[in-house]
Amino acid sequence: MKRATFNNKWLPLFFLLPQLSIIVIFFYWPAWQALRLSFYLEDPFGFGSTFVGFDNYRDIFNNAEYLRIAGFTIVFSVSVTFLSLAIALLFAVKADKVIRGARTYRTLLMWVYAVAPPVAGFIFLVMFSQRWGPITEFLAQFGYDFRVGLDYTDTAIVMITASVWKQIPINFIFFLSGLQSIPRSVMEAARIDNASAQRRFWDVTFPLLAPTGFFLLITNFTYSLFDTFGTIDTVLRGEPASNPMTLVYKVYVDGFRGNDLGGSSAQSVILMVLVLAMTIFQFRLVERRIHYT
Amino acid sequence: MIVPLLMVLQMTTMSDVDVLKNGPGLTIGDEFGNNLDKALFGASGFSGENTGLNMFKNSLILGVGFALGKIVISMMAAYGIVYFRLRFATFAFWLIFTTLLLPLEVRILPSYEIVQKLGLLNSYTGLILPLVASATATFFFRQFFLSVPEELSEAARIDGAGPIKYFIDILVPLSRTMIAAIFIIMFVYGWNQYLWPTMITTDEGMFTLLRGIKQITQTMYDGQIPEYGRGNLLALLAVIPPVAVVVFFQSWFVKGLTESDK
Repeated sequence: MKRATFNNKWLPLFFLLPQLSIIVIFFYWPAWQALRLSFYLEDPFGFGSTFVGFDNYRDIFNNAEYLRIAGFTIVFSVSVTFLSLAIALLFAVKADKVIRGARTYRTLLMWVYAVAPPVAGFIFLVMFSQRWGPITEFLAQFGYDFRVGLDYTDTAIVMITASVWKQIPINFIFFLSGLQSIPRSVMEAARIDNASAQRRFWDVTFPLLAPTGFFLLITNFTYSLFDTFGTIDTVLRGEPASNPMTLVYKVYVDGFRGNDLGGSSAQSVILMVLVLAMTIFQFRLVERRIHYT
Repeated sequence: MIVPLLMVLQMTTMSDVDVLKNGPGLTIGDEFGNNLDKALFGASGFSGENTGLNMFKNSLILGVGFALGKIVISMMAAYGIVYFRLRFATFAFWLIFTTLLLPLEVRILPSYEIVQKLGLLNSYTGLILPLVASATATFFFRQFFLSVPEELSEAARIDGAGPIKYFIDILVPLSRTMIAAIFIIMFVYGWNQYLWPTMITTDEGMFTLLRGIKQITQTMYDGQIPEYGRGNLLALLAVIPPVAVVVFFQSWFVKGLTESDK
């Protein structure tokens, strides 16, 4: 980054000012507020606040419900990430072999990317509808009584299915472009060495896809933590009751509905630390382990 | 992957009673016009302002406003960073790019409080600006500007063009495809926002379609005869614009995604 073509004192400031002011007002200020509030106990009716140090954090980690939700969040995120990556990889490997009609294939998958998370939740609520949902009826043939919204596991299944369905296309696009950038000569060499198709996949293709895969691993994990909010809110229809929810949803429920500003802020800070840790981890691992071609 | 959409589509052509009795089927009903009328012009909620058409308009304002705002602001910032010698350049750079690390969701409550303090609840400004406060687009434009040959700006300078003239007459036209790709991604992102609109719009006239999804599911679960036709049509309406954009501009879209690591 060595270019500096124009010498001017005030002009660059003029160019940067809009973005800087928006970022300071709507990013740094609220982030700072979250950090500050997390050390205070706020009166729900707005009559002042008291400094309580790390009490909010202590409460969170001693709270059985919070720990249960954290546990569910891990299960949820890991399943969503794993399933959407695995299925997308499978689709991409298949699509890579098809030369004719590849565009149609891509279009058929890709539109789902543009579906908003709450709509995905809505669609799967319909599919799993208790009254006549096609999947519910299908499961009923095996004697399984599927009850979304009433049964903890069943609700979780709908949340996960909807989130995975929505995330597959984007992973697919990345995997497909990763696959297509593998040089043909490498694959031919492997074929001459007479490796079986399976061996070729695991020994040659898979390691070469690793950088893409790792990038996707992190983005998918972030997706399952944050962007699934809409899906979850729709599936729960705004009433969590005894149904599962994720940590981000809990921040919203506690802060916005329960008016526990301090506790909710402390939860936000915990999430921020989590995301930051993930980002740092990503950079370090990418630099060390993964070999780019 | 496409079956769920077809099912929603089929259900928009049936009467509510029919759906209630039989659920989604394979035949195409003749109630589409009727359902469309209800979905677009029928009001739900207390104020009567919450029609499908109005929510559609709000979603459109959010999507387009967000995409345009983001492009203008981040192009300017990227230009400032790349083409000028600044004393606090590194500082500004960090200030801007740290925003890539934390999504809006983790600072959602304090953001709400600040928007409230500024008196921006239930306004398009309050809806759009906090979403703009992240540096994704700035990052793309910075990368792109760095790939533009340096000779170009030198030639422009020799020809007597100032920095503003160079920006508007040369750099902006040169970035056309980049702008289009980012516009598409940002429009889809803005249109599909849910949590933020849910929090800051309490006035029904300000609801976006996705904010209205809550109402949509309610129409399908409560009431004597659930409004399946209407609910499904509104959901379809919420899907069509972003899907159309993605499908029609898919090559640009894919380019934008893969080249820039969203």
